[in-house]
Amino acid sequence: MTTERIEAPRSARAARSSGRGINWEKWGWIYMRVSGVILVVLIFGHLFVNLVSGEGVNAIDFAFVAGKWADPFYIVWDTLLLWLALIHGANGMRTIVNDYASTRPYFTLFKKNVSLSTIFKGALLASTVILLILGTLVIYTFDPCLGDPQSSGLQEICAAK
Amino acid sequence: MSTILEREPAAAEVIPTFTATLIIRRFDPEVDDEPRWQDFDVELYGTDRVLDALHKIKWEQDGSLTFRRSCAHGVCGSDAMRINGRNRLACKTLIKDLDISKPIYVEAIKGLPLEKDLIVNMDPFFESFAEVQPFLIASSKPDKERRQSPAERERFDDTTKCILCAACTSSCPIFWTDGQYFGPAAIVNAHRFIFDSRDEGSQVRLDILNDKEGVWRCRTTFNCTEACPRGIQVTQAIAEVKQAIMRGKP
Ligand code: HEM
Ligand code: SF4
Ligand code: FES
Repeated sequence: MTTERIEAPRSARAARSSGRGINWEKWGWIYMRVSGVILVVLIFGHLFVNLVSGEGVNAIDFAFVAGKWADPFYIVWDTLLLWLALIHGANGMRTIVNDYASTRPYFTLFKKNVSLSTIFKGALLASTVILLILGTLVIYTFDPCLGDPQSSGLQEICAAK
Repeated sequence: MSTILEREPAAAEVIPTFTATLIIRRFDPEVDDEPRWQDFDVELYGTDRVLDALHKIKWEQDGSLTFRRSCAHGVCGSDAMRINGRNRLACKTLIKDLDISKPIYVEAIKGLPLEKDLIVNMDPFFESFAEVQPFLIASSKPDKERRQSPAERERFDDTTKCILCAACTSSCPIFWTDGQYFGPAAIVNAHRFIFDSRDEGSQVRLDILNDKEGVWRCRTTFNCTEACPRGIQVTQAIAEVKQAIMRGKP
Protein backbone atom coordinates (compact mmCIF):
# COMPACT_ATOMS: atom_id res chain seq x y z
CA MET A 1 0.00 0.00 0.00
CA THR A 2 1.44 3.35 -0.92
CA THR A 3 0.55 5.78 1.77
CA GLU A 4 3.13 8.48 1.35
CA ARG A 5 1.00 10.71 -0.80
CA ILE A 6 -2.38 11.09 0.73
CA GLU A 7 -4.19 13.60 -1.38
CA ALA A 8 -5.93 16.82 -0.45
CA PRO A 9 -5.51 17.43 3.25
CA ARG A 10 -8.71 16.62 5.07
CA SER A 11 -11.95 18.44 4.59
CA ALA A 12 -12.42 21.63 6.53
CA ARG A 13 -14.51 21.68 9.68
CA ALA A 14 -17.54 23.09 7.87
CA ALA A 15 -17.52 20.23 5.40
CA ARG A 16 -18.05 17.68 8.12
CA SER A 17 -21.53 16.47 8.93
CA SER A 18 -23.47 18.76 11.22
CA GLY A 19 -24.12 16.00 13.74
CA ARG A 20 -27.87 16.52 13.60
CA GLY A 21 -30.35 13.69 13.17
CA ILE A 22 -29.75 10.04 13.91
CA ASN A 23 -26.08 9.18 13.93
CA TRP A 24 -25.74 5.96 11.98
CA GLU A 25 -22.05 5.60 12.74
CA LYS A 26 -22.75 5.36 16.45
CA TRP A 27 -25.61 2.91 16.02
CA GLY A 28 -23.61 0.90 13.50
CA TRP A 29 -20.82 0.60 16.04
CA ILE A 30 -23.21 -0.46 18.80
CA TYR A 31 -24.93 -2.91 16.45
CA MET A 32 -21.63 -4.67 15.63
CA ARG A 33 -21.00 -5.33 19.30
CA VAL A 34 -24.54 -6.29 20.34
CA SER A 35 -25.04 -8.56 17.33
CA GLY A 36 -21.53 -9.97 17.85
CA VAL A 37 -22.35 -11.09 21.37
CA ILE A 38 -25.61 -12.74 20.25
CA LEU A 39 -23.87 -14.26 17.21
CA VAL A 40 -21.36 -16.05 19.42
CA VAL A 41 -24.25 -18.00 20.96
CA LEU A 42 -26.16 -18.45 17.70
CA ILE A 43 -23.17 -19.48 15.56
CA PHE A 44 -21.58 -21.87 18.03
CA GLY A 45 -25.00 -23.27 18.97
CA HIS A 46 -25.68 -23.81 15.25
CA LEU A 47 -22.32 -25.48 14.71
CA PHE A 48 -22.75 -27.69 17.77
CA VAL A 49 -26.26 -28.89 16.89
CA ASN A 50 -25.33 -29.55 13.26
CA LEU A 51 -21.84 -30.97 13.56
CA VAL A 52 -21.25 -32.33 17.04
CA SER A 53 -24.37 -33.43 18.89
CA GLY A 54 -26.02 -36.80 18.19
CA GLU A 55 -24.49 -38.54 15.21
CA GLY A 56 -22.50 -35.40 14.35
CA VAL A 57 -21.82 -34.50 10.72
CA ASN A 58 -23.16 -37.82 9.47
CA ALA A 59 -26.67 -36.83 10.46
CA ILE A 60 -26.86 -33.92 8.03
CA ASP A 61 -29.16 -34.51 5.09
CA PHE A 62 -32.41 -33.07 3.75
CA ALA A 63 -34.42 -34.84 6.44
CA PHE A 64 -32.18 -33.37 9.15
CA VAL A 65 -32.91 -29.85 7.95
CA ALA A 66 -36.59 -30.64 7.57
CA GLY A 67 -36.60 -32.01 11.09
CA LYS A 68 -35.06 -28.85 12.50
CA TRP A 69 -37.50 -26.57 10.70
CA ALA A 70 -40.43 -28.56 12.00
CA ASP A 71 -39.49 -27.08 15.36
CA PRO A 72 -40.42 -23.40 15.93
CA PHE A 73 -37.34 -23.09 18.14
CA TYR A 74 -35.02 -23.57 15.16
CA ILE A 75 -37.17 -21.38 12.94
CA VAL A 76 -36.61 -18.51 15.37
CA TRP A 77 -32.94 -19.48 15.83
CA ASP A 78 -32.21 -19.54 12.11
CA THR A 79 -34.16 -16.36 11.42
CA LEU A 80 -32.14 -14.53 14.05
CA LEU A 81 -28.93 -16.01 12.71
CA LEU A 82 -29.80 -14.99 9.17
CA TRP A 83 -30.75 -11.40 9.97
CA LEU A 84 -28.12 -10.65 12.59
CA ALA A 85 -25.22 -12.23 10.67
CA LEU A 86 -26.16 -10.80 7.28
CA ILE A 87 -26.63 -7.27 8.55
CA HIS A 88 -23.50 -7.63 10.69
CA GLY A 89 -21.48 -8.81 7.70
CA ALA A 90 -22.91 -6.15 5.40
CA ASN A 91 -22.28 -3.38 7.89
CA GLY A 92 -18.73 -4.67 8.36
CA MET A 93 -18.22 -4.62 4.59
CA ARG A 94 -19.64 -1.09 4.51
CA THR A 95 -16.94 -0.08 7.01
CA ILE A 96 -14.28 -1.58 4.78
CA VAL A 97 -15.72 0.18 1.71
CA ASN A 98 -15.59 3.45 3.66
CA ASP A 99 -11.93 2.71 4.38
CA TYR A 100 -10.71 1.81 0.96
CA ALA A 101 -13.11 2.80 -1.82
CA SER A 102 -12.73 6.18 -3.48
CA THR A 103 -15.43 8.77 -2.90
CA ARG A 104 -14.40 10.80 -5.93
CA PRO A 105 -16.76 10.83 -8.93
CA TYR A 106 -16.28 7.68 -10.99
CA PHE A 107 -18.95 8.24 -13.63
CA THR A 108 -22.10 10.26 -14.16
CA LEU A 109 -25.52 8.67 -13.95
CA PHE A 110 -28.67 10.75 -14.56
CA LYS A 111 -26.56 13.89 -14.21
CA LYS A 112 -25.38 12.75 -10.77
CA ASN A 113 -21.78 11.97 -9.89
CA VAL A 114 -21.40 8.41 -8.74
CA SER A 115 -18.34 7.24 -6.83
CA LEU A 116 -16.96 3.73 -6.51
CA SER A 117 -17.86 3.90 -2.84
CA THR A 118 -21.51 4.57 -3.70
CA ILE A 119 -21.55 1.72 -6.22
CA PHE A 120 -20.12 -0.77 -3.72
CA LYS A 121 -22.45 0.30 -0.94
CA GLY A 122 -25.42 0.17 -3.30
CA ALA A 123 -24.47 -3.35 -4.37
CA LEU A 124 -24.02 -4.35 -0.73
CA LEU A 125 -27.42 -3.02 0.25
CA ALA A 126 -29.14 -4.66 -2.71
CA SER A 127 -27.54 -8.07 -2.16
CA THR A 128 -28.24 -7.95 1.57
CA VAL A 129 -31.90 -7.07 1.08
CA ILE A 130 -32.35 -9.77 -1.58
CA LEU A 131 -30.65 -12.42 0.58
CA LEU A 132 -32.68 -11.45 3.64
CA ILE A 133 -35.93 -11.73 1.70
CA LEU A 134 -35.00 -15.03 0.04
CA GLY A 135 -33.64 -16.50 3.27
CA THR A 136 -36.66 -15.52 5.31
CA LEU A 137 -38.95 -16.83 2.60
CA VAL A 138 -37.19 -20.20 2.67
CA ILE A 139 -37.38 -20.51 6.44
CA TYR A 140 -41.10 -19.68 6.67
CA THR A 141 -42.45 -21.30 3.51
CA PHE A 142 -40.34 -24.42 3.73
CA ASP A 143 -42.34 -27.55 2.92
CA PRO A 144 -40.34 -30.77 2.99
CA CYS A 145 -42.88 -32.58 0.85
CA LEU A 146 -42.94 -30.16 -2.09
CA GLY A 147 -40.19 -31.97 -3.93
CA ASP A 148 -39.75 -35.67 -4.52
CA PRO A 149 -40.39 -37.44 -1.16
CA GLN A 150 -38.79 -40.57 -2.63
CA SER A 151 -35.34 -39.04 -2.89
CA SER A 152 -35.54 -37.03 0.33
CA GLY A 153 -36.30 -40.11 2.39
CA LEU A 154 -39.40 -38.51 3.87
CA GLN A 155 -41.96 -40.82 2.21
CA GLU A 156 -43.62 -41.91 5.42
CA ILE A 157 -43.98 -38.47 6.94
CA CYS A 158 -45.21 -36.92 3.71
CA ALA A 159 -47.59 -39.78 3.01
CA ALA A 160 -49.10 -39.36 6.46
CA LYS A 161 -49.86 -35.73 5.77
CA MET B 1 43.34 15.27 48.77
CA SER B 2 40.09 14.42 47.15
CA THR B 3 39.63 10.94 45.77
CA ILE B 4 38.93 12.26 42.32
CA LEU B 5 42.43 13.62 41.88
CA GLU B 6 44.00 10.42 43.13
CA ARG B 7 42.43 8.36 40.36
CA GLU B 8 44.32 7.36 37.25
CA PRO B 9 43.72 9.61 34.24
CA ALA B 10 40.84 8.34 32.11
CA ALA B 11 43.02 8.16 29.00
CA ALA B 12 43.67 4.47 29.66
CA GLU B 13 40.13 3.34 29.12
CA VAL B 14 38.85 3.69 25.60
CA ILE B 15 35.09 3.89 25.36
CA PRO B 16 34.06 1.06 23.08
CA THR B 17 32.30 1.88 19.86
CA PHE B 18 30.52 -0.21 17.29
CA THR B 19 29.41 0.24 13.73
CA ALA B 20 25.74 0.24 12.86
CA THR B 21 24.17 0.42 9.43
CA LEU B 22 21.23 2.74 8.96
CA ILE B 23 19.11 2.44 5.85
CA ILE B 24 17.24 5.68 5.43
CA ARG B 25 14.35 6.36 3.11
CA ARG B 26 15.44 9.46 1.22
CA PHE B 27 13.24 11.71 -0.85
CA ASP B 28 14.19 14.98 -2.48
CA PRO B 29 11.15 16.40 -4.26
CA GLU B 30 13.38 18.38 -6.62
CA VAL B 31 15.23 15.31 -7.88
CA ASP B 32 13.35 12.14 -7.02
CA ASP B 33 10.11 10.83 -8.45
CA GLU B 34 9.95 8.13 -5.83
CA PRO B 35 11.58 7.80 -2.42
CA ARG B 36 14.72 5.65 -2.38
CA TRP B 37 16.59 3.77 0.33
CA GLN B 38 20.17 4.76 1.08
CA ASP B 39 22.50 3.11 3.58
CA PHE B 40 25.04 4.68 5.90
CA ASP B 41 27.58 3.06 8.22
CA VAL B 42 27.98 4.98 11.46
CA GLU B 43 30.44 4.59 14.32
CA LEU B 44 28.48 4.80 17.56
CA TYR B 45 28.71 4.54 21.34
CA GLY B 46 26.48 2.38 23.47
CA THR B 47 24.78 5.49 24.80
CA ASP B 48 23.87 6.79 21.36
CA ARG B 49 20.32 7.11 20.14
CA VAL B 50 18.96 6.99 16.61
CA LEU B 51 18.96 10.79 16.69
CA ASP B 52 22.73 10.78 17.40
CA ALA B 53 23.25 8.47 14.44
CA LEU B 54 21.25 10.83 12.21
CA HIS B 55 23.32 13.78 13.49
CA LYS B 56 26.54 11.94 12.71
CA ILE B 57 25.35 11.20 9.20
CA LYS B 58 24.23 14.77 8.64
CA TRP B 59 27.34 16.36 10.14
CA GLU B 60 29.97 13.95 8.89
CA GLN B 61 28.67 12.14 5.81
CA ASP B 62 25.79 13.78 4.01
CA GLY B 63 24.69 17.28 4.95
CA SER B 64 21.60 17.03 2.76
CA LEU B 65 19.93 14.52 5.08
CA THR B 66 16.80 16.29 6.31
CA PHE B 67 14.89 15.64 9.51
CA ARG B 68 13.19 17.58 12.29
CA ARG B 69 14.41 17.73 15.84
CA SER B 70 14.42 20.37 18.48
CA CYS B 71 14.78 19.40 22.12
CA ALA B 72 16.57 16.08 21.53
CA HIS B 73 15.13 14.85 24.84
CA GLY B 74 11.63 13.60 24.18
CA VAL B 75 9.87 16.82 25.08
CA CYS B 76 9.05 18.71 21.90
CA GLY B 77 7.67 15.86 19.82
CA SER B 78 9.30 16.89 16.56
CA ASP B 79 11.30 13.78 15.67
CA ALA B 80 8.74 10.99 15.42
CA MET B 81 9.82 8.62 12.69
CA ARG B 82 9.39 5.03 11.62
CA ILE B 83 12.30 3.04 13.01
CA ASN B 84 12.42 -0.61 11.98
CA GLY B 85 8.76 -0.36 11.07
CA ARG B 86 7.65 1.14 14.38
CA ASN B 87 6.85 4.75 15.13
CA ARG B 88 9.35 6.05 17.66
CA LEU B 89 11.01 9.29 18.71
CA ALA B 90 14.57 9.18 17.32
CA CYS B 91 15.75 10.94 20.48
CA LYS B 92 14.29 8.29 22.77
CA THR B 93 15.39 5.20 20.88
CA LEU B 94 18.74 3.81 22.00
CA ILE B 95 20.68 2.11 19.22
CA LYS B 96 21.70 -0.66 21.60
CA ASP B 97 18.05 -1.53 22.15
CA LEU B 98 17.73 -2.29 18.45
CA ASP B 99 19.18 -5.37 16.77
CA ILE B 100 22.41 -3.94 15.35
CA SER B 101 23.40 -7.21 13.73
CA LYS B 102 20.92 -6.08 11.09
CA PRO B 103 20.56 -2.70 9.40
CA ILE B 104 18.28 -0.18 11.08
CA TYR B 105 15.57 1.09 8.78
CA VAL B 106 14.55 4.70 9.27
CA GLU B 107 11.79 6.41 7.33
CA ALA B 108 9.27 9.22 7.69
CA ILE B 109 5.99 8.58 9.52
CA LYS B 110 3.24 7.32 7.22
CA GLY B 111 -0.10 8.75 6.18
CA LEU B 112 0.96 12.40 5.99
CA PRO B 113 2.29 13.99 2.78
CA LEU B 114 6.03 13.36 2.47
CA GLU B 115 7.96 16.58 1.96
CA LYS B 116 11.62 15.64 2.15
CA ASP B 117 13.56 12.69 3.60
CA LEU B 118 12.17 12.24 7.12
CA ILE B 119 9.94 15.32 7.05
CA VAL B 120 6.22 15.16 6.43
CA ASN B 121 3.64 17.91 6.16
CA MET B 122 2.04 18.05 9.60
CA ASP B 123 -0.77 20.46 8.64
CA PRO B 124 -3.55 17.84 8.35
CA PHE B 125 -2.49 16.49 11.76
CA PHE B 126 -2.67 19.89 13.44
CA GLU B 127 -5.93 20.80 11.68
CA SER B 128 -7.53 17.74 13.26
CA PHE B 129 -6.06 18.70 16.59
CA ALA B 130 -7.43 22.24 16.32
CA GLU B 131 -10.86 20.96 15.35
CA VAL B 132 -11.50 19.34 18.72
CA GLN B 133 -11.03 22.72 20.44
CA PRO B 134 -8.10 21.74 22.65
CA PHE B 135 -8.36 24.63 25.09
CA LEU B 136 -10.27 25.36 28.28
CA ILE B 137 -13.85 26.44 27.64
CA ALA B 138 -15.26 28.02 30.79
CA SER B 139 -17.79 30.77 31.31
CA SER B 140 -16.93 31.52 34.94
CA LYS B 141 -14.23 34.06 35.78
CA PRO B 142 -13.11 33.11 39.29
CA ASP B 143 -11.01 35.58 41.30
CA LYS B 144 -8.64 32.81 42.28
CA GLU B 145 -7.67 29.55 40.60
CA ARG B 146 -10.25 27.05 39.38
CA ARG B 147 -10.38 24.42 42.13
CA GLN B 148 -10.14 20.75 41.37
CA SER B 149 -9.78 17.73 43.64
CA PRO B 150 -6.86 15.33 43.14
CA ALA B 151 -9.35 12.67 42.01
CA GLU B 152 -10.83 15.02 39.39
CA ARG B 153 -7.34 15.84 38.16
CA GLU B 154 -6.44 12.16 38.04
CA ARG B 155 -9.36 11.49 35.70
CA PHE B 156 -7.57 12.99 32.68
CA ASP B 157 -3.97 12.89 33.88
CA ASP B 158 -2.83 10.37 31.28
CA THR B 159 -3.92 12.45 28.30
CA THR B 160 -2.23 15.62 29.57
CA LYS B 161 1.11 14.03 28.70
CA CYS B 162 0.72 14.30 24.92
CA ILE B 163 3.52 16.10 23.08
CA LEU B 164 1.79 16.07 19.68
CA CYS B 165 4.49 14.04 17.98
CA ALA B 166 1.96 12.31 15.67
CA ALA B 167 3.51 8.89 16.30
CA CYS B 168 0.06 7.53 17.17
CA THR B 169 -1.98 9.06 14.37
CA SER B 170 0.58 8.10 11.74
CA SER B 171 0.68 4.51 13.01
CA CYS B 172 -3.08 4.08 12.65
CA PRO B 173 -4.12 1.94 9.66
CA ILE B 174 -7.47 3.72 9.53
CA PHE B 175 -5.70 7.07 9.24
CA TRP B 176 -3.56 5.63 6.44
CA THR B 177 -6.57 4.77 4.29
CA ASP B 178 -7.74 8.25 3.37
CA GLY B 179 -6.37 10.64 5.99
CA GLN B 180 -9.88 11.80 6.86
CA TYR B 181 -10.16 10.12 10.28
CA PHE B 182 -9.53 12.57 13.14
CA GLY B 183 -6.88 10.21 14.42
CA PRO B 184 -5.81 9.18 17.94
CA ALA B 185 -3.88 12.34 18.83
CA ALA B 186 -6.88 14.62 18.25
CA ILE B 187 -9.05 12.29 20.35
CA VAL B 188 -6.43 12.14 23.12
CA ASN B 189 -6.37 15.93 23.27
CA ALA B 190 -10.15 16.10 23.25
CA HIS B 191 -10.17 13.57 26.09
CA ARG B 192 -7.84 15.89 28.01
CA PHE B 193 -10.62 18.51 28.17
CA ILE B 194 -13.76 16.36 27.97
CA PHE B 195 -12.92 14.79 31.33
CA ASP B 196 -11.62 17.98 32.95
CA SER B 197 -14.11 19.02 35.66
CA ARG B 198 -13.27 22.71 35.07
CA ASP B 199 -14.21 22.59 31.42
CA GLU B 200 -17.70 23.36 30.08
CA GLY B 201 -17.18 22.44 26.43
CA SER B 202 -17.35 18.65 26.72
CA GLN B 203 -20.64 18.44 24.85
CA VAL B 204 -19.25 20.37 21.91
CA ARG B 205 -16.22 18.10 21.67
CA LEU B 206 -18.30 14.94 22.05
CA ASP B 207 -20.47 16.16 19.18
CA ILE B 208 -17.44 16.88 17.04
CA LEU B 209 -16.05 13.40 17.63
CA ASN B 210 -19.44 11.73 17.11
CA ASP B 211 -18.73 12.23 13.43
CA LYS B 212 -18.44 9.95 10.43
CA GLU B 213 -14.68 10.55 10.72
CA GLY B 214 -14.71 10.57 14.50
CA VAL B 215 -14.21 7.96 17.22
CA TRP B 216 -16.37 5.31 15.51
CA ARG B 217 -13.73 4.78 12.86
CA CYS B 218 -11.39 3.47 15.56
CA ARG B 219 -11.11 -0.33 15.27
CA THR B 220 -9.11 -0.88 18.47
CA THR B 221 -5.98 -1.85 16.58
CA PHE B 222 -3.80 -0.60 19.48
CA ASN B 223 -1.05 0.64 17.10
CA CYS B 224 -1.40 4.09 18.68
CA THR B 225 -0.92 2.85 22.23
CA GLU B 226 2.12 0.86 21.12
CA ALA B 227 3.59 3.89 19.34
CA CYS B 228 3.10 6.59 21.97
CA PRO B 229 6.49 7.69 23.35
CA ARG B 230 4.73 9.12 26.40
CA GLY B 231 3.15 5.80 27.30
CA ILE B 232 -0.35 7.23 27.04
CA GLN B 233 -3.07 4.57 26.98
CA VAL B 234 -4.36 6.00 23.73
CA THR B 235 -6.78 3.22 22.80
CA GLN B 236 -8.30 3.37 26.26
CA ALA B 237 -8.75 7.13 25.97
CA ILE B 238 -10.57 6.65 22.66
CA ALA B 239 -12.79 3.98 24.24
CA GLU B 240 -13.62 6.36 27.10
CA VAL B 241 -14.66 9.03 24.62
CA LYS B 242 -16.86 6.48 22.81
CA GLN B 243 -18.50 5.61 26.12
CA ALA B 244 -19.00 9.27 26.96
CA ILE B 245 -20.73 9.82 23.61
CA MET B 246 -23.02 6.85 24.28
CA ARG B 247 -23.80 8.12 27.78
CA GLY B 248 -24.31 11.61 26.40
CA LYS B 249 -22.01 13.11 29.03
CA PRO B 250 -18.40 12.68 30.27
C1 HEM C 1 -18.70 -15.07 16.52
C2 HEM C 1 -19.51 -14.11 16.24
C3 HEM C 1 -19.02 -12.73 15.83
C4 HEM C 1 -18.57 -11.75 16.66
C5 HEM C 1 -18.39 -11.79 18.18
C6 HEM C 1 -18.25 -10.61 15.82
C7 HEM C 1 -17.80 -9.38 16.29
C8 HEM C 1 -17.45 -8.32 15.49
C9 HEM C 1 -17.13 -7.00 15.96
C10 HEM C 1 -17.11 -6.55 17.42
C11 HEM C 1 -16.81 -6.25 14.87
C12 HEM C 1 -16.40 -4.78 14.88
C13 HEM C 1 -14.92 -4.65 14.83
C14 HEM C 1 -14.50 -3.20 14.98
O1 HEM C 1 -15.23 -2.29 14.58
O2 HEM C 1 -13.41 -2.98 15.50
C15 HEM C 1 -16.93 -7.08 13.72
C16 HEM C 1 -16.66 -6.69 12.43
C17 HEM C 1 -16.97 -7.42 11.31
N1 HEM C 1 -17.61 -8.63 11.28
FE1 HEM C 1 -18.08 -9.78 12.88
N2 HEM C 1 -18.51 -10.92 14.52
C18 HEM C 1 -18.97 -12.21 14.47
C19 HEM C 1 -19.39 -12.92 13.35
C20 HEM C 1 -19.31 -12.43 12.05
C21 HEM C 1 -19.86 -13.12 10.90
C22 HEM C 1 -20.62 -14.45 10.91
C23 HEM C 1 -19.55 -12.33 9.81
C24 HEM C 1 -19.89 -12.56 8.37
C25 HEM C 1 -21.15 -12.68 7.96
C26 HEM C 1 -18.82 -11.18 10.28
C27 HEM C 1 -18.35 -10.16 9.49
C28 HEM C 1 -17.74 -9.02 9.95
C29 HEM C 1 -17.15 -8.00 9.10
C30 HEM C 1 -17.09 -8.02 7.57
C31 HEM C 1 -16.65 -7.01 9.96
C32 HEM C 1 -15.93 -5.72 9.57
C33 HEM C 1 -14.46 -5.90 9.77
C34 HEM C 1 -13.76 -4.60 9.89
O3 HEM C 1 -14.31 -3.66 10.50
O4 HEM C 1 -12.64 -4.50 9.38
N3 HEM C 1 -18.70 -11.26 11.65
N4 HEM C 1 -17.33 -8.33 14.10
S1 SF4 D 1 -0.78 10.61 22.14
FE1 SF4 D 1 1.40 9.97 22.30
S2 SF4 D 1 1.92 9.31 20.18
FE2 SF4 D 1 0.04 10.52 20.03
S3 SF4 D 1 0.74 12.61 19.55
FE3 SF4 D 1 0.49 12.49 21.80
S4 SF4 D 1 2.53 11.91 22.57
FE4 SF4 D 1 2.56 11.50 20.36
S1 FES E 1 13.68 16.07 19.45
FE1 FES E 1 12.14 16.80 20.82
S2 FES E 1 11.02 15.00 21.19
FE2 FES E 1 12.69 14.21 20.07
